[in-house]
Amino acid sequence: MIIDTNVYVSRWPFRRLPGDEIPELLAKLRSHGVSQAWAGSFDGVLHEDVAAVNERLAESCRTLGQGLLIPFGTVNPMLPDWQEDLRRCQENLKMPGIRLHPSYHGYTLDDQRFFDLLRQAVEKKMVVQLALNMEDERTQHSLARVSEVDTAPILRLLPKVPGLRLVIQNRRRKPSGKLLGRLSYHGEVYFDFAMLEGVGGIARFIEEVPGDRLLFGSHYPLFYFESALLKVKESELSKAQRDAIFNGNARLLLEP
Amino acid sequence: MIWDLHVHFSNFEGRTPHEKMANAVKFADRMAIERFMLYLGFPPHPEDPTPEELTKINNQVLEALQHWHHRAFGFVYLNPNHLEFSLKEFDRCVRDGPMVGVKLWIARKCNTPELDPIVERAASVNAVIFQHTWVKVTGNRPGECTPSEFAELAARHPDIPIICGHTGGDWEHGIRAVRAHKNVSIGIAGSDPTNGFVETAVRELGPQRIIYGSDAGGRSFASQLAKVQGANISDEAKKLILGENLKRMLAPILKRKGFEA
Ligand SMILES: [Zn+2]
Repeated sequence: MIIDTNVYVSRWPFRRLPGDEIPELLAKLRSHGVSQAWAGSFDGVLHEDVAAVNERLAESCRTLGQGLLIPFGTVNPMLPDWQEDLRRCQENLKMPGIRLHPSYHGYTLDDQRFFDLLRQAVEKKMVVQLALNMEDERTQHSLARVSEVDTAPILRLLPKVPGLRLVIQNRRRKPSGKLLGRLSYHGEVYFDFAMLEGVGGIARFIEEVPGDRLLFGSHYPLFYFESALLKVKESELSKAQRDAIFNGNARLLLEP
Repeated sequence: MIWDLHVHFSNFEGRTPHEKMANAVKFADRMAIERFMLYLGFPPHPEDPTPEELTKINNQVLEALQHWHHRAFGFVYLNPNHLEFSLKEFDRCVRDGPMVGVKLWIARKCNTPELDPIVERAASVNAVIFQHTWVKVTGNRPGECTPSEFAELAARHPDIPIICGHTGGDWEHGIRAVRAHKNVSIGIAGSDPTNGFVETAVRELGPQRIIYGSDAGGRSFASQLAKVQGANISDEAKKLILGENLKRMLAPILKRKGFEA
């Protein structure tokens, strides 16, 4: 059984994808034993009407998700009255968390508004997912280029937002080395491995961060789902480690 | 049967070529990869290697192959900026040695005429020719050719099979650039496992012109295998891409050398 913490619905702006219709997406996930998938919306990357994006996401998950899709809303703290989006995500749409795209929304993590957003998410007991990348910088559309989010400011923020549950998604290079370990030891910071590369990457990764901080995340349907699945196979892991990565860690995170 | 077109020493632990190979084979076994093509020596890899560097790099690969010829084949790394030397190095490692292919990287734009003698020499003994390509919106390295520049080289040698490495990275661009050149196969290694890549390649090129490779250990085998194993294509097409196409391409030189396929 797998909890996939990194799935998207709706349309990637630059390409149609196999699996970008929900029935097809569900069929793929079910065929590999996924029992729960945390779904953000591709629309949240570029759309400004975030309120409508979140309503559609919640509606799709409720009506088409067959109990498998859990919606994670979009909040863009650069927009006026983003606080209302966050409130609606929790109170009206019953979302357990939000997914942020700082590079596409044009802010860095030392921005005061990002800090305010983290604090409010903690008050509402919501999980915060932070997408550092959506795709390889080298293959982006020439008019829509963004860089990997720099996570260095997070270490300074962690002591000021006790209770924060933060998931760093689609890390490619940053945070690297030392910072990675410090993040995971100084706060409740989790990582997925959708964009983790290098042979035996997961085994190497859990030398840097505790094994209970690693979540299964596929980045499907932008990536082939099988990539994440095969990465687990490629690393030599104990059954307990595999179970924790496949579902145990994510379950504990969502139901503390 | 899975054959991997594209493996380097990077990220495999070990102090010697033999130790690194043992680790590479361990991972290949986990992922059911029967054979892999090995090229470039220990990292870091020089972009514009001197003759001395080429000799050292190719010797590392030759050493690795000594005990592992049943699991791996070697491609010789050449530099068209040292053309005379490269032709001699080809003879040493491929014509008169155990290697079966040529790896060309980013020392010189591949549409320049210095590539022609290398391509012809390789073809004369049926060696497989692999040329790296990328098209980066962030900017290519000075000698790094795009798939369109690669297509110029392919067009000058329409009867010689040649592989477009990485499909340009931006595969939507790369597939298009080589589509009309029937002597070109694409290598799918070394880019993100973006959903739809292999389906698009099958649609535009047919399954016979697509070759699986990983670019491990810099990449995982996993993310690159997923491009094929996760693709919505026929099982027959998957078999071709995962091994049969490469095996077919290598068959003449393997036979010539008396290697078992
Ligand atoms: Zn490579």
